[in-house]
Amino acid sequence: MSGPRTIFDKPNSYIGKPVDRPDAKRLLQGRGKFVDDIQLPRMVHAAFVRSPVAHGKVLSIDLDEAREMPGVIALYTGADLAEHVEPYVGVLSHLAGLRSAPQMPLAVDAVRWTGEPVVMVVATSRALAEDAAAMIYVDIEELPAATDMERALEPDAPVIHADLGNNLAWDRTVEAGDPDAAFARDDVTVVERTFRFGRHTGVTLETRASVVEYDPSEDLLTCHYSGQAPHMMQFIFAKHLGLPEENVRVISNDVGGSFGIKIHTYGDEIATAAAAKLLGRPVKFVADRLESFLTDIHARDHVVHGRIAVTGEGRIAALAFDDVTGIGPYSMYPRTSAIEANQILNLTGAPYDFDNYRANAKVVFQNKNLMCQYRAVGHPIAMAVADGLLEEAAHQIGMDVVEIRRRNLIRDDAYPCTSATGMKLDDLSHHKTLDTLIETMGYDARRAEQAELRAQGVHRGIGLVSMIEVTNPSPMFYGIGGAPIASQDGSTIRLDAGGALHVSSSVTEQGQGTNTILAQIAAGVFGVDMARVKVTTGDTKTTPYGGGTWASRGAGIGGEATLQAAHALKEQVLAVAGVILQAKPEDLDIQDGHVTDTDGTQRITLSDLARTVYYRGNELPSDLTPELVATRHYRVTDFPFVFTNAAMAAEVELDIDTGFVKVLNFWAVEDCGRVINPKLVDGQIRGGVVQGIGGAFYEECIYSEDGQFENATMADYLVPMAFEMPDITIAHVETPTKTSVLGAKGAGEAGTGGAPAALMNAVNDALRPLGAQIHQMPMTPERILKALGTV
Amino acid sequence: MSDTANISVTVNGETTAAAVPVRQNLVDFLRNTLGLTGSHVGCEHGVCGACTLEVDGAMVRGCLMLAVQADGAQITTVEGYGDRAEALRAAFVEHNALQCGYCTPGMMASALEYVEAGGQADRAAIREHLSGNYCRCTGYQSIVDAVCDVIEGESA
Amino acid sequence: MKAADFRYERPASVADALALLGDEDRDAAPLAGGQSLMPMMNFRLAQPGTLVDLSALDELRGIKRDGEVLRIGAMTRYVELVRSDLVAECVPLLALALPHIAHAAVRNRGTIGGSVALADPAAEMPALLLALDAEITVQSPTGTKTHAATDFFLGMYDTALEEGELVTEIAIPVAAETDRFSFYELARRHGDYAMAGVAVARRDGSHRIAFFSISDRALRATGAEAVLDAGGGVQEAVAALSELPFAGDLNAGEATKQHLSGVVLTRALEAL
Repeated sequence: MSGPRTIFDKPNSYIGKPVDRPDAKRLLQGRGKFVDDIQLPRMVHAAFVRSPVAHGKVLSIDLDEAREMPGVIALYTGADLAEHVEPYVGVLSHLAGLRSAPQMPLAVDAVRWTGEPVVMVVATSRALAEDAAAMIYVDIEELPAATDMERALEPDAPVIHADLGNNLAWDRTVEAGDPDAAFARDDVTVVERTFRFGRHTGVTLETRASVVEYDPSEDLLTCHYSGQAPHMMQFIFAKHLGLPEENVRVISNDVGGSFGIKIHTYGDEIATAAAAKLLGRPVKFVADRLESFLTDIHARDHVVHGRIAVTGEGRIAALAFDDVTGIGPYSMYPRTSAIEANQILNLTGAPYDFDNYRANAKVVFQNKNLMCQYRAVGHPIAMAVADGLLEEAAHQIGMDVVEIRRRNLIRDDAYPCTSATGMKLDDLSHHKTLDTLIETMGYDARRAEQAELRAQGVHRGIGLVSMIEVTNPSPMFYGIGGAPIASQDGSTIRLDAGGALHVSSSVTEQGQGTNTILAQIAAGVFGVDMARVKVTTGDTKTTPYGGGTWASRGAGIGGEATLQAAHALKEQVLAVAGVILQAKPEDLDIQDGHVTDTDGTQRITLSDLARTVYYRGNELPSDLTPELVATRHYRVTDFPFVFTNAAMAAEVELDIDTGFVKVLNFWAVEDCGRVINPKLVDGQIRGGVVQGIGGAFYEECIYSEDGQFENATMADYLVPMAFEMPDITIAHVETPTKTSVLGAKGAGEAGTGGAPAALMNAVNDALRPLGAQIHQMPMTPERILKALGTV
Repeated sequence: MSDTANISVTVNGETTAAAVPVRQNLVDFLRNTLGLTGSHVGCEHGVCGACTLEVDGAMVRGCLMLAVQADGAQITTVEGYGDRAEALRAAFVEHNALQCGYCTPGMMASALEYVEAGGQADRAAIREHLSGNYCRCTGYQSIVDAVCDVIEGESA
Repeated sequence: MKAADFRYERPASVADALALLGDEDRDAAPLAGGQSLMPMMNFRLAQPGTLVDLSALDELRGIKRDGEVLRIGAMTRYVELVRSDLVAECVPLLALALPHIAHAAVRNRGTIGGSVALADPAAEMPALLLALDAEITVQSPTGTKTHAATDFFLGMYDTALEEGELVTEIAIPVAAETDRFSFYELARRHGDYAMAGVAVARRDGSHRIAFFSISDRALRATGAEAVLDAGGGVQEAVAALSELPFAGDLNAGEATKQHLSGVVLTRALEAL
């Protein structure tokens, strides 16, 4: 670790300040540049014929009528593209034993989920492409489908990939201490529950979109791609289309929401790139909302049988569970579909200090859409299981849910340490965040009010969660397993002749405000007004190589690289200034766009310095070779992840006649280390909580037994809308991570990861006096009525 | 091929004549033919609100109206609100009432309708009015804050 | 998700519209506000050969009082109903219900006639018209017919409307001062189709109760009406709902629909 220690209180420091996003104005005037906004000369449009059944054998495909339709440029079947695309398999070597089957962009002999692309139509407009697609007849012999993940491993279940023998993709057990002995103790209370988590999907408002152009003269593929990880996609397009990596350029400008949906390899997108290459003209594919529901990765879909043993003093003696999750017919490439289950094994109970743990996850194939990493991967499940069991245990031993947490949370002065689940932890503040939460929400007064109202027949519930969140992942997350996913990020900062800074970074912007915080950091560390900083992200041709923005890594990793680059550039500039000003660099500083003495006395403007270097090099000594550009890269080295922690609480009111639940209040106290921009962090927390409310009460991909997606419209798949959502109160505890100078951890996923647990606990708190419980999400009115025994 | 019809529309004050496929919806026409890509397409079935824009003074779903139906109409999109929306835009920036920005044009259209109709700075009423516009990023609170601020600023 | 191609006509008179709709070669469908038909066309669930846009038919627009009846042209948009003093004064039940119907941008385009002709079992309007004892006027090239709302809604998206006919007007009896109305629905999100909903009217001690989103169509609960007319209590009226042909959907199975019907009726009657 190196670098200046004074960057947080310098005159130009923007770190910690709620500055406005410079790019907001552009978006407010309709001047965003999203992929579907791009129109290129000779551009054509793709549509897909998709499997209408969950499992079947493709007998024949009749393209004759479609070929004659107006505007049709090309038709491709799976067999056609198989000649041009190398298949991909979603496994990683560090997830030992994970199996999957090779995937092609379009189904070849078999279809394995409803919505799987089978034939690609390229036409002069999307409407004409759809017209032609409607004239294609795919003869499919329907096969029995394995849709229920709990039955997919039974001996008589249809096997989705014959070569694999059965539908088990991965099986992992984590064990610590002696859980059997702990559960058998006669001084413990054991609580056992089965939790069910429905399938959700991201419902990014901008659907997946790409415009791919190919220039055969230079063998150059340029992909305008709505995504979070441009360099990863560069590798994937290059490898699977047989292009040199340097001949593939991926540009991700404005991205209309992502949340983990846009970091995967989708067959229709690979097919779009292949078609562009084959046709030598730009091809646009924008998934429509139906395609989005059917094929954007889904997430969650777990059944967890869990148990906890607590002593009379409320100490956790043991925690154990078995998780089954259905991931669709393949493990998604390249991140794999085992990560969510793995996170659950790693994170369940990890805020707490206990010794005896056993957790097993079985990841199974099924004939539904693929499942993979979506915001807060695994966290909502891990937190709901651990804190759901813990609150029920507290109730059974007659202890308040805050008190039982205080007795079990790892002490704030106990770090670094390792959790029972095997996670290396440091710089966390569970007790401080819990104390802040209790104070912020006025816990005791709310409990008193709850009791008073209950006597009047008003059913309120209060539920909490104490959580950790995976952020700033190191190479141990993906790179170690062979995935083309950078763990490090780079930032290049250039001083221009006008005295402005250009920051070019490999992290990406999808609305979090990444570009803003990079500008804040660069301006503050270097010493210019933030208005003089321009930021470029999302272009493999013009930015350093890096991972992009996912897993809450943009600020912590990309921010630190920018900090280091700004510091390096400052040193370089001061070296030049020292020569020009006949001063020692250590006696100089940069403030407000000027080289100054350390006391702030202005000596020369940055513009003058830069113009001297760029235009009038004759004024400089011949042996001085100024570099007004600096690049630095950064990765987390000492820990697999930089964990954050949070404490959250929900207050709900239950209508016992209807099963409707109103979220009255939600409080979140987050410790994401150094807060770079509180306005942006609060936006992340609030948006995340509301996605968590979605998962807890509304969102579910409903499949029929034969694998039909029954609610694939925005009228039927219920996302949170403004009217039902509460105002969310946020407070911060700041425990900077020691892994970087900046000290920032991630903040993007805590809300989504923690809220469902707090909400489920709150609903159960309201239900408990009625003798009812619910452990299934989403907690729909009908499920609550069933829990109450009303229907 | 698509049946076409000739229309004349005034968009953001500029009158344009065009031959449009009769099946083309208004938002696709504005985006693809006129290059006004500020209005976004989110669901094409009238639920998400991303394509909400103003036709003859009323906010409508641009995906549930045909371009041919706009013949003779006055249309205003996010690119054309001008001074009318200045206070709203400033409040959206101040409160960070947008993240990815994809819902923003539709959200602005709905918020503008509420403010211009004399809506009160009542959080529940604002939430109700905006409940036809989906935002995946913000959790809505900052948007409600921004609309409240504009109304309170105007009445102050 | 682009609509299949069609031919587009915007007739200037009802007669022209009827001529187009009656032309069997055209496979024509009328387009009212488009807030339901357009999504179905975008999903290619509806693929009319000719789309007959009714938006130029000013003769089908307007709200006027005609003695003891309020006459609403079929092409009157929801927003016009929301803003109408006549509606608020003459049909208070509509005024109660309108804010629950979809969202502002949809109400700005959607029409009362479109909703009536579509007969979505989850929509509010058919049930409202049942409770209000409204009459629905339809025209065909051969003449005009009037249906009692009770005889109009036959099933899921199924009405007494015959091929080539057009809904032209909805006539609703003007409420007397002593009439009482109530409306209650349970929607998981504001503006969504409800899990269950009910409209109740009481006139001269006689009740009309109409449910929506509990079956394949909007339904009157005549058993419950009779209970209340005879002076029976709420519980007895709720018990009488068991005769209704409940049908489940993705949000609620049959038993839940039945239970929630009782809840919404109870709450509507409490507010009556």
